[in-house]
Amino acid sequence: MSLSLLYKVLFCFCNNSTKSFCKTQNVKANILQFLFLNYDDMVFGSCASRFECSFFFQVIKLNSMMLEKGATAYRNIFLIDLNSIQNEVGRSVFYDPKLYYIGKIPVSLEALPYVAQRVTSVISAMMGRIKKCVVLDLDNTLWGGAIGDDGMEGIQIGELGLGHAYQDFQRWLRELRLMGVLLAVCSKNNEETAKEPFLKHPEMILQLDDISLFVANWQDKVTNIRYIQRILNIGMDSMVFIDDNPFERNLVRDTIPEITVPELPDDSSLYLSYLQGLDLFGTASYSDADKERTRQYQEEVGRIEQRQKFASLDDYLKSLGMVANVRPFDSFSYPRIAQLTQRSNQFNLRTIRYTDEDIARIARDQKYLTLEFFLDDKYGSNGLVSAIIMEKRESGLFIDTWLMSCRVLKRGMEEFIINKVIDVAEANGFKAVFGEYIRTPKNSMVEKIYSTLGFKEVSENRFEVIVGQFRKNKTYIQEKGE
Amino acid sequence: MTREEIKRKVNDVFCDVFDDDSIVVTDETTAKDIEDWDSLTHITLVSEIEDVFKIRFSMKEVLGMKNVGEMVDYIARTAE
Repeated sequence: MSLSLLYKVLFCFCNNSTKSFCKTQNVKANILQFLFLNYDDMVFGSCASRFECSFFFQVIKLNSMMLEKGATAYRNIFLIDLNSIQNEVGRSVFYDPKLYYIGKIPVSLEALPYVAQRVTSVISAMMGRIKKCVVLDLDNTLWGGAIGDDGMEGIQIGELGLGHAYQDFQRWLRELRLMGVLLAVCSKNNEETAKEPFLKHPEMILQLDDISLFVANWQDKVTNIRYIQRILNIGMDSMVFIDDNPFERNLVRDTIPEITVPELPDDSSLYLSYLQGLDLFGTASYSDADKERTRQYQEEVGRIEQRQKFASLDDYLKSLGMVANVRPFDSFSYPRIAQLTQRSNQFNLRTIRYTDEDIARIARDQKYLTLEFFLDDKYGSNGLVSAIIMEKRESGLFIDTWLMSCRVLKRGMEEFIINKVIDVAEANGFKAVFGEYIRTPKNSMVEKIYSTLGFKEVSENRFEVIVGQFRKNKTYIQEKGE
Repeated sequence: MTREEIKRKVNDVFCDVFDDDSIVVTDETTAKDIEDWDSLTHITLVSEIEDVFKIRFSMKEVLGMKNVGEMVDYIARTAE
């Protein structure tokens, strides 16, 4: 490609077509664009980096401009880098001049599958097929040696020798953790022994608070992985299991086919480069909230462990110290509520989808009453967990929309919400409240909810409660400020 | 390798690339005779044949070969 053509592409990209294309609000398409391949035409010999006008310099500049002006400014542009493939296989393999001049094919047939793999990987990340959790063995996986046999002084972890390879591997895992991937431990060890290096070894990179769930016992790993999957409540197909022991890998792979089990190399110095080469952790979006994910899951694990200690559910719920904050829709919440109406499928009574603008309009409209619910407990905040839209009608209040996050299911939140709805109806002088269930393929869990909470089914899937006859549902949730 | 052996091997490559075991090529076979023979499969064919016979065609040869016969002749000359 000549320099003038290069500039033309640059100009189009930064000033024109892509930009205006992406700005068009109706364009919902995602754009996949390859970055340019690093290459030196040798016009300046080996001194190209000294001259801005050299082809070598310009390609790098063009790529960095595309990254800065494209990828960061427009979320629907996905820039794909092929230089890492070219580096891996070598330019003489990646590029076949004969092929290029015969068919204008810029990538050799040998390298084409790698390019296809990159593209597929980006597309599957766009479609939400992402890995959410890495389950890690400890001995000879996170450090060299066995903590139970070799003790704190005997295991290899640190700047020297093989310990360095394990340390770099841990650094990489920590980066994944910060990017939103959950780390869990699954080790055949005594829990206390297994935790010791995390607590006391000065050269460990991973700390206990990097680990969402720590499972160390003498049960088989399949049982433990199933437990981890259940507690974290994520799909088996979004989990990766890393273990140096081929026996454990085969057992897990054979018993749980959905989980990804990389065939780790024998030499632990190769773990990191091998795992990096697998390209497992593509993600199409990333926000500051992802860093918080480990903490939220740790809180959830705390709740579940607590629950197992109590004889009855009531005792457990009482112990949580739950406090709900209720108010009409707040302008800060409009986007979150709109997102909930668009994404909630299970706990959603009528599944009416609203945009941000719809929610803003409803919040201001005198014909409606709205309620948003936040739930906190002693483990932390669950954030905005439920929203209600009620339409004022002649005959009473009609619940147009009720949806709730499934994370807070069965904690008395449903009961608390309906109690509150009746309070609001009474305070506004309504004698009756009506609800409706509209069936979808996914919301059968709330089919009977109105009946359970004190409503009468007056015709199929339509429910009514007379405010004066309503008896409050039992709940252990306190309203904030009461 | 005799000319016949080369032809048999070339025939195998064709069956493989076009995923069709019923293909029988003759010296006169050209791209017009096989339905799926387009520019991309042409390149795949050439590169497969290069790999199988461990030879490299020059660009001139790739563009100059008129039919399977000429391809076989070329292989016979080169793959010694």
